[in-house]
Amino acid sequence: MAGIARLLLLVLMSTVPLFSSGSRTGFTINGRVKIPHGFGPKGFTLPGRMSNVKVILNGGQNVTFVRPDGYFSFHNIPSGTHLIEVAAMGYFFSPVRVDFSARNPGKVQAALTENRRGLSELVLEPLREEHYYEVREPFSIMSLLKSPMGLMLGFMLVVAVFMPKLVENMDAEEMRRVQEEMRGQGVPSLSGMSPGGARN
Amino acid sequence: MAIRSFFVPFLLFALCFNSSLTPVLSLYEDQVGLMDWHQQYIGKVKQAVFSTQKTGRRRVIVSTEENVIASLDLRHGEIFWRHLLGSNDVIDGIDIGLGKYVITLSSGGSILRSWNLPDGQMVWESFLQGPKHSKSLLLVPTNLKIEKDNVIVVFSNGRLHAVSCIDGEVLWNKDFEAESFEVQQVIQPPGSDLIYVVGFAASSQFEMYQINARNGELLKHESETFSSGFFREVSLVSSETVAALDSTGSILLTISFQNGEISFQQTPISNLVEDSSGPAVIIPSSVPGIFAIKTNAITIFIRVIGKGKLEVVETTNHETAVSNALPISEGQQAFALVQHAGSEIHLAVKLAHDWDGNLLKESIKMDQQRGLVHKVFINNYIRTDRSHGFRVLIVMEDHSLLLLQQGAVVWSREDGLASIIDVTASELPVERDGVSVAKVEHNLFEWLKGHMLKLKGTLMLASPEDVAAIQSMRLKSSEKSKMTRDHNGFRKLLIVLTRAGKLFALHTGDGRIVWSHLLRSLHKSEACKSPIGLNMYQWQVPHHHALDENPSVLVISRCGPSSGAPGVLSFVDAYTGKELNSLSLVHAVVQVIPLPYTDSTEQRLHLLIDSDKHAHLYPKSSEALGIFKREFSNIYWYSVEELDGIIKGHALKCKCTGEVADEFCFDTRDLWSVVFPSESEKIIATVTRKSNEVVHTQAKVIADQDVMYKYISRNLLFVATVAPKGSGEIGSVTPEESWLVVYLIDTVTGRILHRVTHHGAQGPVHAVFSENWVVYHYFNLRAHRYEMSVIEIYDQSRADNKDVWKLVLGKHNLTSPISLFSRPEVITKSQSYFFTHSVKAIAVTSTAKGITSKQLLIGTIGDQVLALDKRFLDPRRSVNPTQAEKEEGIIPLTDSLPIIPQSYVTHALRVEGLRGILTVPAKLESTTLVFAHGVDLFFTQLAPSRTYDSLTEDFSYALLLLTIVALVAAIFVTWRLSERKELQDKWR
Repeated sequence: MAGIARLLLLVLMSTVPLFSSGSRTGFTINGRVKIPHGFGPKGFTLPGRMSNVKVILNGGQNVTFVRPDGYFSFHNIPSGTHLIEVAAMGYFFSPVRVDFSARNPGKVQAALTENRRGLSELVLEPLREEHYYEVREPFSIMSLLKSPMGLMLGFMLVVAVFMPKLVENMDAEEMRRVQEEMRGQGVPSLSGMSPGGARN
Repeated sequence: MAIRSFFVPFLLFALCFNSSLTPVLSLYEDQVGLMDWHQQYIGKVKQAVFSTQKTGRRRVIVSTEENVIASLDLRHGEIFWRHLLGSNDVIDGIDIGLGKYVITLSSGGSILRSWNLPDGQMVWESFLQGPKHSKSLLLVPTNLKIEKDNVIVVFSNGRLHAVSCIDGEVLWNKDFEAESFEVQQVIQPPGSDLIYVVGFAASSQFEMYQINARNGELLKHESETFSSGFFREVSLVSSETVAALDSTGSILLTISFQNGEISFQQTPISNLVEDSSGPAVIIPSSVPGIFAIKTNAITIFIRVIGKGKLEVVETTNHETAVSNALPISEGQQAFALVQHAGSEIHLAVKLAHDWDGNLLKESIKMDQQRGLVHKVFINNYIRTDRSHGFRVLIVMEDHSLLLLQQGAVVWSREDGLASIIDVTASELPVERDGVSVAKVEHNLFEWLKGHMLKLKGTLMLASPEDVAAIQSMRLKSSEKSKMTRDHNGFRKLLIVLTRAGKLFALHTGDGRIVWSHLLRSLHKSEACKSPIGLNMYQWQVPHHHALDENPSVLVISRCGPSSGAPGVLSFVDAYTGKELNSLSLVHAVVQVIPLPYTDSTEQRLHLLIDSDKHAHLYPKSSEALGIFKREFSNIYWYSVEELDGIIKGHALKCKCTGEVADEFCFDTRDLWSVVFPSESEKIIATVTRKSNEVVHTQAKVIADQDVMYKYISRNLLFVATVAPKGSGEIGSVTPEESWLVVYLIDTVTGRILHRVTHHGAQGPVHAVFSENWVVYHYFNLRAHRYEMSVIEIYDQSRADNKDVWKLVLGKHNLTSPISLFSRPEVITKSQSYFFTHSVKAIAVTSTAKGITSKQLLIGTIGDQVLALDKRFLDPRRSVNPTQAEKEEGIIPLTDSLPIIPQSYVTHALRVEGLRGILTVPAKLESTTLVFAHGVDLFFTQLAPSRTYDSLTEDFSYALLLLTIVALVAAIFVTWRLSERKELQDKWR
């Protein structure tokens, strides 16, 4: 990769009038899509990955594909301001604004629209990777405890350990009152499940 | 006490969920295919080239009308790779160069690309220019070499190019400047260094150029005038002879240009065939020595013998398709001929010079629902006994692609599904006794084992084998592909209408085709030359009194491209696909208005507006007429005339005043019109609410216990207009000369409720309207980014109903009737955000009761579908929301909308060529069904606020069971302990 010189934003004024109908002159936009090494999930770009990269001009007006080395070109583009988008699964590319000045031909500006960073050459690199799936958390006690069942069990334990302490700290007066109240409601014998000597 | 307190952690837990901003939709990788399915198609095949490589997997390269180039596995019909080219980059020709590159010519012959055959990687791209527009022809000669480099010959834009096959360099080119020269054929006789370019000039002159293939030097130019002119196409008979028709279509011409001498031979068609009538057309083919013409319904095959002598070899009135010639051995060329005969097709493979002998003759039973054979492509292989075997690829009328070999269909592809025009959903039959019920879980042990596996999976303890077992177990669950209704309403039929005029019913469970039906009414006939399917409506949706009836759909089509052409209605049973009835109308169908009324058999009343502004009522029954008469004065509709920039409102006037008494025909009157100034505004988008959308409540409780009332009206229309200058492509205007104006118009009164101007903005506009809000996507030229805006509209006349005392004392106006004719007091709130991507389609989730919060489904330019919570498009977002607003779920304002990769509904898949997104509510309130279609189809279930009303798929019953067991055990242990303690206390 290092051997390949980075391509400058080449804009060729073509003087040949295109189609007999209009004598517009068109520009050619040349650029390069670069997915850096070590950026891929497995540390390298998979072969054949480049074959699914599409470069889109002005929301679908022109669509082109990239060569194996990432170069692409759009032909016969009128002067003005254009938007280039890159569609590549797994990567997030910022759209790029490209200005061709009609008054001084050859003057070109390019900038990423997401972060307004200017580009001195039209080399498009992904801003970040996109992972479309949630990653399963590895097994941990915490995840088990956070589940509703875990919470249920945890609460149960808390009650089992701390309730007796709480009850012990109550003063006798209040205890008697509570006990009476419970008897009044006719609590079944299984009331022992609210553990600790509720009747001590 | 303890039991009561159990709920506290639950509540906390639930709260945690609601307030967190994690993407609501997210999928684990092992859940792919569980609730979603994805199908890949290519479209109707235009051209097919077989890869002749002796080694490796056999493949065929195809180009299609959907503008796809694809490499298919010849053994199974699967796609190896596929590329969808841009919409204005139409493929003109494909071929294979050097046995390892696929060459495509597209964009009217301006772009020549080469693709690597095994993996579809683009190798090079050349831009070919020329002086004028012309037909484009691609020729890849196998034996033409310039310095060890194979040459591709391209004629395009009035120029002949020779392009290197290896790197796409243009080796030489030659202009054909003559103004009127129209190229017809580029011929490269095998074994020579010559290229012939033949064509017509000034419609009556035949031109022949002989060119040196090595350097493009013009060797010879001859022309000859034929007084009565030529008719369009020519057919290549040999490398130095072509056949053509004169301009009247009654005289056959064989033109030979041997050694540069042009000579005409005229033969009137009537000399060959006695009962020929009407003008003939040439069927383009390239079989040496033979060509075919077609008059009326008769196809005539004509052989050229010797110098211009013609002989009829066969006339047939069956539908026929012929393949191109295939060289099979030295000097021998074979071609395939397919003829229809009843429910069979006859396939014959013949040698070009021997019409009467057949190399192969087979009859194959063909599904009537596939229609006629449109195209045939032939390929041969060498059998083990060194004889020739043939396989034939045929393209049918319904756009399907079939491979025939040894008298049988080896595989077929339903590529009609790549061009869907309209989709509607239908319920499945109710499960009753006798209706098949899938077997229940095998036994408890199996069931438990399955859940233990699932538990292992969720705890990440599963081995790869276990994961595979879980996956297959989930996919196998027969539940989701059953042919009956389910409790949750997940199982439905998706009825799709394709461009070929075929209806398909797809099962939402697994995407399989339940039935398919080629509509007879969309078949070419004498009365209806070029029928086009337009729309589909739900004609009959039985649920109450008419449960015995099957639901049916109404398909509206038209006989021809102009809107004034007469319409055709067909009624199709949604369970069986049978065409119940079809009506050829005398009037056109410009607009269809499904009315909110049904008759006793639950047939929906439809009003069809024709081009003379008459309204026709369907179904034509007296009962329907009775219902209609009752609601006569309550029916309003609108029409948009985009070219003139006028929106009009209409109502019914009286019965038709024509000569023929037709009590189902009504005259209409214009109520209002909104005229947009044509010099400053051009309509580019109009959107209304979906007519079947359900709104749960009009009130919206906002922070501080305040209430706002949504302005909910079915008669709201969103209109977007742009400056005429800015209606072109992005970048064609400066921000100063472009603006976007959006309107909210009441379609009953024509009142403009709201109007906003976005200066420096431009289309295309994609919008979606739901409840009381509209979200639209457009381009901001100043920031040079896409933007999305939201407008919410609230009813102020009810705003003072907040006082509790008023409600208690009944002094509120909530029950007062609403009339659109009273002046509405509305307020609107709006906000705009940046959005990164271009958008192809926007939809919104819809649920059964409208309680669940909404998500926007955005089809991006990368052919993915992004789910974006409506909360991100809430005009009440502010930079620093108050505590109360935060509790309400208002997100702090950011300048752009977030794109969270996990919230792509399509996860790691692409819906290539995305065109539309349909959402259908399931019966389960939390869930909505999403169907995205383009060249590919994708279906999934979405739960915008998670499945709060049912357990998720990965809910672990085993864990629940374990917990219960543990709890019971704990209860007994503590009981024991406490009793012992009690006893000890008593002994003390």
